[in-house]
Amino acid sequence: MDPTTAVETLQQKFPEQVISAHEHAGQPFVHVKRDRIVDLLKWLRNDGGFDMLADLCGVDYLNQGMPERFCVVYNLTSTASNARFRVKAFVPEADPVIDSVSKLWKSAPWAEREAFDMFGLQFRGHPDLKRILLPESYGGRPLRKDYPLIGEGERQNFPRYTKEAHGKAH
Amino acid sequence: MERPTRTPLEVEEESEGDLGARRMIVNFGPQHPATHGTLRNIIEMDGERILRLEAEIGFLHSGFEKISEYRSYNQTVTVSDRMNYMSPLCNNIALAVAVEEMMGIQVTPRCATIRIILAELSRIADHILCVGLQAMDLGAFSLMLWAFTEREKLYDIFENVTGARLTTSYTRIGGLFRDVPHDFDEQVRRFMESGKKTISEMEGMLDENPIFVNRTKGVGAVSGEESISFGLTGPLLRAAGVQYDVRRARPYLGYDQYEFEIPTEKEGDVYARYRVRVREMYESMKIVDQALKKLPKGPINVSDPRIVLPTKDERNLPEGGMEGLIYHFKNYMHGHGVRPPKGEVYVPTEAPNGELGYYLISDGTERPYRWRVRPPSFYNYQAFARMSEGGLLSDSVAVLSSLNIIAGELDR
Repeated sequence: MDPTTAVETLQQKFPEQVISAHEHAGQPFVHVKRDRIVDLLKWLRNDGGFDMLADLCGVDYLNQGMPERFCVVYNLTSTASNARFRVKAFVPEADPVIDSVSKLWKSAPWAEREAFDMFGLQFRGHPDLKRILLPESYGGRPLRKDYPLIGEGERQNFPRYTKEAHGKAH
Repeated sequence: MERPTRTPLEVEEESEGDLGARRMIVNFGPQHPATHGTLRNIIEMDGERILRLEAEIGFLHSGFEKISEYRSYNQTVTVSDRMNYMSPLCNNIALAVAVEEMMGIQVTPRCATIRIILAELSRIADHILCVGLQAMDLGAFSLMLWAFTEREKLYDIFENVTGARLTTSYTRIGGLFRDVPHDFDEQVRRFMESGKKTISEMEGMLDENPIFVNRTKGVGAVSGEESISFGLTGPLLRAAGVQYDVRRARPYLGYDQYEFEIPTEKEGDVYARYRVRVREMYESMKIVDQALKKLPKGPINVSDPRIVLPTKDERNLPEGGMEGLIYHFKNYMHGHGVRPPKGEVYVPTEAPNGELGYYLISDGTERPYRWRVRPPSFYNYQAFARMSEGGLLSDSVAVLSSLNIIAGELDR
């Protein structure tokens, strides 16, 4: 399906979900609410022909005047018609939960784990939601905008092998 | 301080008849030579058969996406080539193409042609090494040595052009760091001669080699539909019969002006991936040949002093006036330089491993608001469990080398 047609049809079929439609550099995309995200994406996959979830990632819009602070971005591809489309679902800071799309696409689970790891977004219905790139003991959510580049001391406080504590092992 | 816990070799309780070794949990990696990088797989096995495989990644996580939010667009080029260390030039080009699309810049014909030549040479360097290592993992050691010899020649070309073998950082927004040297054409042609010979020798060694064929045909097969669901791209997707190539589907840098085929196979197994890679190398050589023939003369950078640095002459000569100096100064001043308009783009390119996409959000300043990479290895590796489960442990080695996972790009 043509991306511009997809935008119009989405606005008709999901009038309460679609917040606004945008276009930049010839790439159309929509801002949507998180409520019926699985239905919306399922429709795009089955009827819109966007059969591949090329990428899923989080964005932190801290103080940017966006509908909510967090955003989950779904970059979709149609392998048949080569069209591309983007859906951005907004997630509030107070309750950062959104439904998982891992039942629709097998590419979703790891990407959702990365968004959880980096932004602390929760994906309801995810088969195994845990950190993926950072160790389980890591405290912060590094890609949030209020997380400093230098870190919050995780690197300095990493458990270390020292001679005093572990010298006898050798 | 507590010691970090390790996964012990868990053996199920002994029961009569099966000698107590029915189910084992084995660590495959992160230091295993067959992983070709720092990957860890926790494998639950029944004898030699894999029941369940869980991949653990992140050992090489470097926070590239966070770092890049604190760099200017041209500085992030140096971040991009540290990601896929088998084909750094493709990463440079992908980033430059993405930023240029966001700003609506059309690069000069010479720049586009040089970029295409280098991208295709990188593809050959990546594929030839992947095939060589695939053969080495299955016992044909000499192919690995042949592959490295050829790649060395390619790296010599890259060194000659960019000044570095690995950390190339060759592209700039709106152009290139410098023009190619005068003997570039000759050097590439010399490589193509020897490369073609080596690739056909590799084919002769592997195509009908019973050891290689027995260990690869029917191993790790996935259907085209499942590949799409897994987000597999590049040679893996084409080996499963889906004719999808970003160079054809969404041409960038003028790829639509070149004649080349998109090789596909039907089976989707390890052997099909090997065949696709070999055929792609020939197609890349075709593109390089066409590009070398038409390599146009002219400038390599766009003529926009707000984006591109002035040349040394413009900056130093007194007769050049003040402008060169001012432009140079303004490019480096805080709040100036490359500033895409407020907005966002997702620009996919065809890297050797698959679709390498950059999702960039600009807030109008000289630094990206969000700098997201869609790494092909990340999505390709996710399917590894599905491809290995139910197979033998030794088959998983064959599958892993056919995925060509680059840990730097996987963990970013």
